[in-house]
Amino acid sequence: MTAPALTTFRRTPLRHLAGVDRLAVAGGVLLGIVVLAALLAPWIAPYPDDGGSATHPLEALLPPSGAHWFGTDQVGRDVLSRVLFGARTSLLIAVAVLAISGVAGVGLGVVAGYAGGWARDVIMRVTDIFLAFPALLLSLALAVVLQPSVTTVIVAIAVTWWPWYARLTASVAASVATRGFVDSARCLGVPAPLIVLRHVLPNSLTPVLVQLSLDGGGVILTAAALSYLGLGAHEPTSEWGLMVQQGQSLFTTDWWVVTFPGLAILVTAFSFNVLGEGLRARLSR
Amino acid sequence: MPRYLIRRLGQAVLVVAGVIVLTFAIMRLVPGDPAVAYAGPKATAAELADARRRFGLDDPLPVQLWNYVRDLLGGDWGTSLHTRQPVRDDLFQAFPASLELVGAALIIALVAGIPLGIAAARYKGRLPDLSVRLSSMLAVSVPVFWLALALQTVFASGLGWFPVAGEYDASLDRTSPLHLYTNITAVDALITGNWPILTSTLAHLVLPALVIAAYPAGVVAQMTRAALIEESSRDHARLERALGFGETAVLTRFALRPALNPVLSLIALVFAYSIVNGFLVEAVFNWPGLGRYAADSIRSLDTPAIAGVTLLVAVLYVVANLAVDLLQGVVDPRVRAR
Repeated sequence: MTAPALTTFRRTPLRHLAGVDRLAVAGGVLLGIVVLAALLAPWIAPYPDDGGSATHPLEALLPPSGAHWFGTDQVGRDVLSRVLFGARTSLLIAVAVLAISGVAGVGLGVVAGYAGGWARDVIMRVTDIFLAFPALLLSLALAVVLQPSVTTVIVAIAVTWWPWYARLTASVAASVATRGFVDSARCLGVPAPLIVLRHVLPNSLTPVLVQLSLDGGGVILTAAALSYLGLGAHEPTSEWGLMVQQGQSLFTTDWWVVTFPGLAILVTAFSFNVLGEGLRARLSR
Repeated sequence: MPRYLIRRLGQAVLVVAGVIVLTFAIMRLVPGDPAVAYAGPKATAAELADARRRFGLDDPLPVQLWNYVRDLLGGDWGTSLHTRQPVRDDLFQAFPASLELVGAALIIALVAGIPLGIAAARYKGRLPDLSVRLSSMLAVSVPVFWLALALQTVFASGLGWFPVAGEYDASLDRTSPLHLYTNITAVDALITGNWPILTSTLAHLVLPALVIAAYPAGVVAQMTRAALIEESSRDHARLERALGFGETAVLTRFALRPALNPVLSLIALVFAYSIVNGFLVEAVFNWPGLGRYAADSIRSLDTPAIAGVTLLVAVLYVVANLAVDLLQGVVDPRVRAR
């Protein structure tokens, strides 16, 4: 890490970046590439139809070549195109899960933190119960009883994810609620809901936002695991975990069918983790 | 201490009660009729009605919940629909195998993660630090099922260095049968001096344990590094440097012990996570543990079995948490006051 004096010296954008950890920058760039790939998939994929249900039996299991950089799968679809479309599924799941659990968790957390007393006790005990289930386990149980689909994956993971944000927000909000400006608002007769919305909530958000970016990787890994187990996305959706599952018996003979979707999961989860770590390090300084 | 103990125990009991209710609620959501799954597709109406009565599916929900809790506490965890055996017996058989696998993984994680964390802290900001941080980040980001497939393909199917699947070579059961005491194969083989089965089990353990170890090893290395860096900036470290101790000695002889405290409590929390992560690895390596049992249960919509696995792991997690808190309460009096 470079000396902080340098960063305050000249605040051009590049100088600003120099203060941030190099790994975090790499993570941000990587994540940017994944997001771009997801957004542009229909235009940059060499065979856009292969992201769906198209089949080309005559071109099945071709090794990587100039025409198919990542080879083709068991029904002849271009693996690169499917990996690009898979980025859409994975990022959609990550964004949806983080949004749902973030809103639910922050909402309950800020109420618990501000109100304190029995409301806090009840909400915290409920989060304790949900936290007793490792995320994959509860998602597994839920995904079994719901029909396997991308929506199921989102619901199942969100149900297990919100308590973390509730706990985090509650502890931050509780300390914000004791600050002077909250007291003065109360003395001025501002109604409690307005205090929570206008004063406590905005001042409690930063740590949650950092945590959300740290958790993207975990959501992507859990979603891929559920799909790998056959409890998530199904044919013909392009989904990385599903692609690994469908190709796993071919690993010894046709390595490319499994290798590239797995690498895609690794790279995406890695970029979220590195970026989140970097943000946390920067904000905790 | 007693007051802290009672309060913490009370919380744990409350959480376990909530876990039971939540498990029950999830299982009641099952779209398929468990009675149909049990009686089979060709069952007559009378057989179906009989099955429904047997499982108490005709009773109102609160009654069903009450019966469920009563049976659980009485040691009756229901009957698995696919093995047709008591779920408790199934779990009793499968759990030791998972414990063996995750235990081996956590040992690998500590043995690899702590020295790596020390090296990173010692050479902070330089090449060893960067490579440890990079590799630990990769380790926590890798999808376990994919890593399991990759290692299995390369080192077992391809190079033939390790066995492909299973817990030990089944043909050894005839030549040197294993006497069971703990149900953990490696431990039983060790205490009965059954070397063929012990070496076979250890060879089968290597790959799956390495895969499960990836996540905890990465987390342990990161935590050790962070805790050491913080600890080595304290006053006692400055004093030790002033006394002429080298940087390595300051880290390993003085900073390491206080820094390891949070790392060790972390391990207890990672334990339950690793058990569930192990589900995916067990499926790949055909390891006869909870994961394979869960996978079989999922495939046959075996509600009592899934409920049993879910409950067991959740309770394990609560117990691990409780143990960590109580241990910390003993070690660090400040915790009790919270």
